[in-house]
Amino acid sequence: MATRAELASGLRGGRAGPLWDLLLRFGPPRWSQYIRQYWAGQRLVIAVPYLWLLLFFVVPFLIVLKISFAEFAPLGRPPFEPILRWVEEGGLQVKLLFSAYDYLLHEPLYVSAWLYSIKVAAMSTLLCLLLAYPMAYAIARASPSMRNVLLMLIILPFWTSFLLRVYAWIGLLKTDGVINQVLMAMGIIHEPLAMMNTSFAVYVGIVYSYLPFMIFPLYTNLEKHDPTLLEAAKDLGCGPVRAFFRITLPLSKDGIYAGSLLVFIPAVGEYVIPTLLGRTDTLMIASLLSDEFFRNRDWPRASAVAIALLLLLLIPIMLFQRIQNRELRANRR
Amino acid sequence: MKKYLTFPNVVLVLGLLFLYAPIFSMIVYSFNNSRLVTVWDAANSPTVRWYVALFHDRPVLQAAWLSIRVAAITATCAVVLGTLAGLVLARFGPFRGRAFLQGLTTAPLVMPEVITGLSMLLLFVSLEQLFRILFGWQFDRGMATIIIAHVTFTMAYVTVIVQSRLATFDDSLEEAALDLGARPSRVFFRITLPLIMPAILSGWLLAFTLSWDDVVVSQFVAGPGSNTLPMLIYSKVRLGVNPSVNALATIMVLVVALGVVASALLMRRAEKRREREMRMAESGR
Repeated sequence: MATRAELASGLRGGRAGPLWDLLLRFGPPRWSQYIRQYWAGQRLVIAVPYLWLLLFFVVPFLIVLKISFAEFAPLGRPPFEPILRWVEEGGLQVKLLFSAYDYLLHEPLYVSAWLYSIKVAAMSTLLCLLLAYPMAYAIARASPSMRNVLLMLIILPFWTSFLLRVYAWIGLLKTDGVINQVLMAMGIIHEPLAMMNTSFAVYVGIVYSYLPFMIFPLYTNLEKHDPTLLEAAKDLGCGPVRAFFRITLPLSKDGIYAGSLLVFIPAVGEYVIPTLLGRTDTLMIASLLSDEFFRNRDWPRASAVAIALLLLLLIPIMLFQRIQNRELRANRR
Repeated sequence: MKKYLTFPNVVLVLGLLFLYAPIFSMIVYSFNNSRLVTVWDAANSPTVRWYVALFHDRPVLQAAWLSIRVAAITATCAVVLGTLAGLVLARFGPFRGRAFLQGLTTAPLVMPEVITGLSMLLLFVSLEQLFRILFGWQFDRGMATIIIAHVTFTMAYVTVIVQSRLATFDDSLEEAALDLGARPSRVFFRITLPLIMPAILSGWLLAFTLSWDDVVVSQFVAGPGSNTLPMLIYSKVRLGVNPSVNALATIMVLVVALGVVASALLMRRAEKRREREMRMAESGR
């Protein structure tokens, strides 16, 4: 005879199976009523977030996918030709165009934007990692009360407006900005450095904005490390640098992956930072998407850019989800 | 003797400087009298003229009010949906479509904003057409569409927070209540909900700030009439530095800082109390 708890957990598992059937058929009436209620309630609880995400997350992608194959109609409202159309002879005409995709694979402007986006994202991720790793390490080794204060200090800027924090860099990086003024006053440079509207400014902006995303996964990983491992290495005559590369670094590889993906993925599609700080001659892909959509009103091409960007990010996103799931499962243990 | 001047500690201090220098420079220059922002007008500074001007700037006040309403409604809806999704993922065990739901809730966390914005706008345009054909009803994009878009990408954060909070508890308490004959809904409201309340609160705050802060998605889905505060700031900022934006930023940063510190202190106290109660319960056994 199954206990109530087993039954409940079996039901919650959604694999009620024969036991459930049996109880429904032969169990006392109150039980079957309870089980039915439980089932109905559970279904409803699953359905609500599911339907929301289907309608507002999945369906929009299908629409983008559809429009990316449509023909651009500059004067239309909306500005594209329908894909499916009843023709007069009484048939359904399907018109799929790949010209938008063809364009963004061959047009030099686009090719350079793809390469530039990937380069900027990869470089920023690397810089972020190099800065965040020692920071996360220092926090993980601090005393518990200090640790809380430090974590708070890291997360505090993250709660304030992203837009305003990027904007703040304009004041620092401008030709007559704070950094140039300070450097010139100290006599280190005699001519102001041109930092605004360069790739350098974009790197600074991205590293600055995404640093907490790198620090947190690294910290949660490093904090779990067993300090006796390093002591053992020391006792066996291993120097601190070598111990770091042989023990700490390999153990923290999940944190490195998670943090790097959390920076790389959004950085490829970053829009605000390159628009405010970046170059005006070389655009990143998100700016092109936005220009196609708002300036040229070319919805099919903008949609094709979105789909291509998504395909590019698909593998990193799936990797990230795998790590995320592993993490959640590990927490449950 | 513990060493403090280690390489990681030095980088930590430099990194914190890097994080805070821009914010502090923005605050300092918000008191600068000069219109040229970065040129310090020592004779007439500090001044609060930009703050005074801000409170007479109608568009800014209107945009701020719209943003507050959007963020509050978004956060509330996102908390309800995100808690449901987190509960389903953490407690309902394997069911058909679970992996898909998990994927759907984590994807918006890393989705580039331009893609979210574009796809949401195209959905709304299609819905507009559909409603016009079906019901002859023309709806306008505005506050409602901004809220729907914001809820969709913020609920993912709430889901992750709630799910990982639930993962730190085993379900023995809930199971015990079920064994004692409590109905599932009662178990949820009397046991699960109080346990995950801190996660729900931080989820609400996070959803609020993400919505309050969003410019890209809003720009896509907002109708011509509705301007949120970040949209307004963005249009000003694209033209370069602007002293009244510095003043506005200072106010926003201070409000957020106070809020975060206060809520962290409150949460610490609640956590301590819970731990004490747990200890008492343990020793009472």
